Amino acid sequence: MGKFLLVTIQVDLYDRLALTLEEDLIQMVHKTGARGVLIDISALSIVDSFMGKIIGNIAAMSSILDAETVVVGMQPAVAITLIELGLPLPGVYTALNVERGMALLTARMPDETEDEDVDDD
Amino acid sequence: MTTNIREQLSIRQERDLIICRNRVKEAAVKIGMGIVNQTKLITAVSELARNMLIYGGGGNVLLETVTRGREQGVQIVFEDKGPGIADINKAMQDGFTTGKSMGMGLPGARRLVSEFFIESTVGIGTTVKIIKWKNG
Repeated sequence: MGKFLLVTIQVDLYDRLALTLEEDLIQMVHKTGARGVLIDISALSIVDSFMGKIIGNIAAMSSILDAETVVVGMQPAVAITLIELGLPLPGVYTALNVERGMALLTARMPDETEDEDVDDD
Repeated sequence: MTTNIREQLSIRQERDLIICRNRVKEAAVKIGMGIVNQTKLITAVSELARNMLIYGGGGNVLLETVTRGREQGVQIVFEDKGPGIADINKAMQDGFTTGKSMGMGLPGARRLVSEFFIESTVGIGTTVKIIKWKNG
């Protein structure tokens, strides 16, 4: 995926697995020098405060490593629930789907976006 | 109130949270609860079951489908024998936490369900009962 990392969460994660994901992802950002992280949560049936905290942490840590985080594919029912739960996702961009998330990240990298597309390496 | 499903679960480790969530989902689907209310209920259950695990050292969950008049719903009772909550009013405030969480658990869960009861005695334990009505 070139300068962006795409993470698709396929199943509901229990807490330790979510923490592992957080760690692995930050390592990958560091190792690859990715400028953006796309987290596809379309398969998640709920986002509770723990998962919200993990997503927020990933965004905050990525940001320190100069990468932006976009969460894509949130189910409408999950979005409604998050608002009622009162969970803010500070520093996290959201987009409807992977394409739009990719477009958002690309738009935020004005400098190095020559005509090179994102899937070369 | 009449009861259809009645199931007891124990929360001892993180994996139990997922099992608990899945059982609640099955019960909600069985009574025909819509996806938004299902999601709210399961999220509340996730918060309360995790609280029980982190602060109460684990505990038991009683899951039931209930009927009141023409309304159907899912009722869940969380019971732990943990240290209890000294100040429930404080614990119900947004952002209050004694641990590593964001302090959204109790107040957030209350907003997501139709009925919410909490009872806690220091040194004895905590019981939380929630009901989510199918159309509530």
